[in-house]
Amino acid sequence: MRYAMAVDTKKCVGCSDCVVACQTENNVPLGYARDWIVENVAGTYPKVEMEIRSERCNHCENSPCVRCCPTGASHIVEGGIVLVTPDECIGCGACIEACPYDARYMHPEGYVDKCTFCIHRVEKGEDPACVEVCPTHCLYFGDMDDPNSAVSKVIAERKWKVLAPEAGTKPQIYYLI
Amino acid sequence: MKEELIVSGRNIPGVDPHLTLWHWQIPLYLFLGGLAAGLIFFSSLYVIMGKEDKAPTAVKWASFITPIALVIGLAALFLDLRHKLFFWRLYTTIRLESPMSWGAWTLLIITPLSFVWSASYLRELVPSWDWKLKWLNDFEAWVIKNRKSLAWLMIVLAVILGIYTGILLSAFNARPLWNTSILGPLFLTSGLSTGAATIMWMSRNHEEKKLFGRIDLLLITIEVFFIIHMFMGFLASSAVQIEAAKLFLGGPFTVPFWTFVMILGLLLPAFLEILEWKGYKIPAFIPAFLVLFGGFMFRFLMVEAGQLTRYLY
Repeated sequence: MRYAMAVDTKKCVGCSDCVVACQTENNVPLGYARDWIVENVAGTYPKVEMEIRSERCNHCENSPCVRCCPTGASHIVEGGIVLVTPDECIGCGACIEACPYDARYMHPEGYVDKCTFCIHRVEKGEDPACVEVCPTHCLYFGDMDDPNSAVSKVIAERKWKVLAPEAGTKPQIYYLI
Repeated sequence: MKEELIVSGRNIPGVDPHLTLWHWQIPLYLFLGGLAAGLIFFSSLYVIMGKEDKAPTAVKWASFITPIALVIGLAALFLDLRHKLFFWRLYTTIRLESPMSWGAWTLLIITPLSFVWSASYLRELVPSWDWKLKWLNDFEAWVIKNRKSLAWLMIVLAVILGIYTGILLSAFNARPLWNTSILGPLFLTSGLSTGAATIMWMSRNHEEKKLFGRIDLLLITIEVFFIIHMFMGFLASSAVQIEAAKLFLGGPFTVPFWTFVMILGLLLPAFLEILEWKGYKIPAFIPAFLVLFGGFMFRFLMVEAGQLTRYLY
């Protein structure tokens, strides 16, 4: 099993619904965010291109945050989801420094927090909160090992990219372009 | 034009708009850890070589600085932790892939050993000293008898400690400025240099002062070579590392780096040590202080600047 997500940059309008859904679902403290919207504008008028991306932890296969964690608080569970156990985290910040995507943060209570792919929902067979609420249906979630999952199908059909592949992290959020 | 903005609102302390998570605590610890590694290295080295009388300060007196440096360094590390009450989790596991885990275990062994080491010389500093308890006196006798074996253990741990302070940073692939394997040897050399400078400063023995002046000069030369090598490596590397090097080569860190680290911290003390070699009277505390100051500034600037560097996408 290998959970992954695809983000359709052609359909995303940057409404931030996924951000609010995540903050509500996961009780994210004010000012903090486990997912966020990036607007990338490139070119000179009239030849301008814009890409909108809903970003979050990439649940990397080769995850530098898990590698550098001195206590094992950062770990990978079945399905490749990268999680943090608060009671094992000492709040040293090594994983935050190690993440090329700035996807982790120090929770005000002192431990490191991040996107969990809404594992509590996924275990029940539901989609993560961000995927569920997206009004343009631009987020796809599922098991990459299952050729019939929403994410496998859309990745097989469409052209895609991942962020900073040169960082060697093998990220598992695919951006459809 | 190329612009990339987070438009959903995010104002995470320490992360936005760019990483400022590690402050003075980390570079202070890296500096003190390196200094302790240098002091332990030289005291163990002269015991192993059987030349205690050639370097009495290195072997005995400077070793009293080591536990103090380690304790202050550990306190700084502890201050940096945000989930302080869980610090003991470091010692419920051994994570071979994590430099921080290596460091935590090394410190757990080397800190008490450094106390034992300096305590075994206390009687030479205060001749009337008595440990009062019989088992403490027995333990002292045992340590003095087995000093050479202890020195072998300490010298290996000192090298691990010195290198690890660099590897701690170089293991972070996400921060291109740190992600160079030369940082391990560079920080080790710098740590040995600060150790040698401290011994030179403290020594009242003219021959020993001269000896450690020469050792420090050699270490500074190696360090300057490593730093030039590091920048050459960056400039011949990928776009993110070229950008990282530019922080020190024209960017916002240029003036502090070249003034405090290169000129005041390395070249000037090297020049003063050469003058001293040529027979000029130079008070040892001037080059020694400059080396220590440069050593701290180097780590401080590396930690600050490194957090500004990242992958672009």
